[in-house]
Amino acid sequence: MQQDLTEAILELVRRAATDLPPDVEQSLHAAIEEEQPGTAARGALESILQNVNLAREKSTPICQDTGTPIFYVYYPEGWSTRKLREQIRAAVAEATARTYLRPNAVDSINGKNSGNNLGDDHFPSIHFEEVDGDTLTIDLILKGGGCENVGAQYKLPDNRLGAGRDLAGVRKVVLDAVYQAQGKGCAPGVLGVAIGGDRGSSYAASKEVLFRTLEDQNPDPELSQLENRLTEEANQLGIGPMGFGGKTTVLGTKITGLHRLPASYFVTVSYMCWAFRRRRMTLTDGEISYG
Amino acid sequence: MRSLNIPIADDEIRSLAVGEPVLLNGIILTGRDAVHKWMIDTFIKQTRPPQDADLEVYAAIKPLLDGGVIYHCGPVVSGLDSGDYRFVAAGPTTSIREEPYQGDVMRHFNLKGVVGKGGMGPKTLQACREVPGVYFHAIGGAASLIAQSVKKVLGVYKLEFGVPEAIWVIEVKDFPVVVTMDAHDSSLHAEIESSSKEVLDELLATA
Repeated sequence: MQQDLTEAILELVRRAATDLPPDVEQSLHAAIEEEQPGTAARGALESILQNVNLAREKSTPICQDTGTPIFYVYYPEGWSTRKLREQIRAAVAEATARTYLRPNAVDSINGKNSGNNLGDDHFPSIHFEEVDGDTLTIDLILKGGGCENVGAQYKLPDNRLGAGRDLAGVRKVVLDAVYQAQGKGCAPGVLGVAIGGDRGSSYAASKEVLFRTLEDQNPDPELSQLENRLTEEANQLGIGPMGFGGKTTVLGTKITGLHRLPASYFVTVSYMCWAFRRRRMTLTDGEISYG
Repeated sequence: MRSLNIPIADDEIRSLAVGEPVLLNGIILTGRDAVHKWMIDTFIKQTRPPQDADLEVYAAIKPLLDGGVIYHCGPVVSGLDSGDYRFVAAGPTTSIREEPYQGDVMRHFNLKGVVGKGGMGPKTLQACREVPGVYFHAIGGAASLIAQSVKKVLGVYKLEFGVPEAIWVIEVKDFPVVVTMDAHDSSLHAEIESSSKEVLDELLATA
């Protein structure tokens, strides 16, 4: 009989909501040093880090918009995804009752907030994939509405931006997306970029790519170069933390490619805010660990 | 850092300039998408008649908003079952969504301050000059920190809009904000948009 993971998943949710991952915190510390003391940009980053410490200490949400919980479950052969889904939903509802999460599921047709953070099949969002071996892994990201609203999907060629169907074109539309966002979505943020796919899979992939750590390198050298270039150039826009003006608008850029139809060439930018809440839970040999 | 007590006088509002950090003290009301639409539809444009407790709620909030401050915020609140409400996390939401409504709401209620994040547009900037009022930018995501400045939850209206969208009446002390739109047609957001556009155009011109 498979283990009931509800409590363990509740803990995963708590950590995601209240405990900022180390790579992101480190990146924010580095960003502070780039700003002059006394500037609004520096003040914003200092408040942000003060808040990060406070949230961790008190186990309160880093940000009040705890967003859409997006789960990726990699399960060994034989596990029931139906039961896992029930347990995830139960954990989300309990986390909401404990105020680790804000009740965020609003019925779009009748306007009612469900109150317990459970909505249709997509709220919370749960993806399942069966894997080899005996380890079960659950990755969770809490993607808030502010940053979700400044995501964008482009079709290439883009006439307005002079962007053709190549990486040079991808660069142009991504820079445009950062400009359009104007720091809304709580800069400094992280860009998840998907090239290709259909409209749906392109958006999904642009969020999946956000599970990479900030310091990792894209194994494709061309994409790695583009990632670094985009981060640097996005920062040249000078939009800065919170859009106050400053040196750091983007902490990093992660790019992935998908197969596409010949007729379609989508470039999708998912913008993740500085409150980059992503955490992992693994179950191996009956032992749960968190990362 | 300047400390402002609510209600705020007009001359104090006019003395504020873009870039100035301020600490807010006093009673403020939260209100975002559902509330702004409700205010406009029911009391300002009057495209729907007041229903149920609408008139009572209006009578209760009007004096608090006069010379007062509205906060674009959907908080995380504990004590929902007991009614002993506490703000657990309370950072700002993106204000630009209220741009169609904000100026009219400011004029109608004599609102001196709008707190949110990301700034607002030309219609609100115009209202800032006229009412007068300012836009106070809170730190996006500094939710636990800002919740600390909420000393007491005095009450809640329109809870049927859901916890994030209700009108929460809160008493704050030393709530840290930065003026980013003032009563003299200055907007940091307009400035940044303009300067970043120049850089974007240069970047797009290179391969």
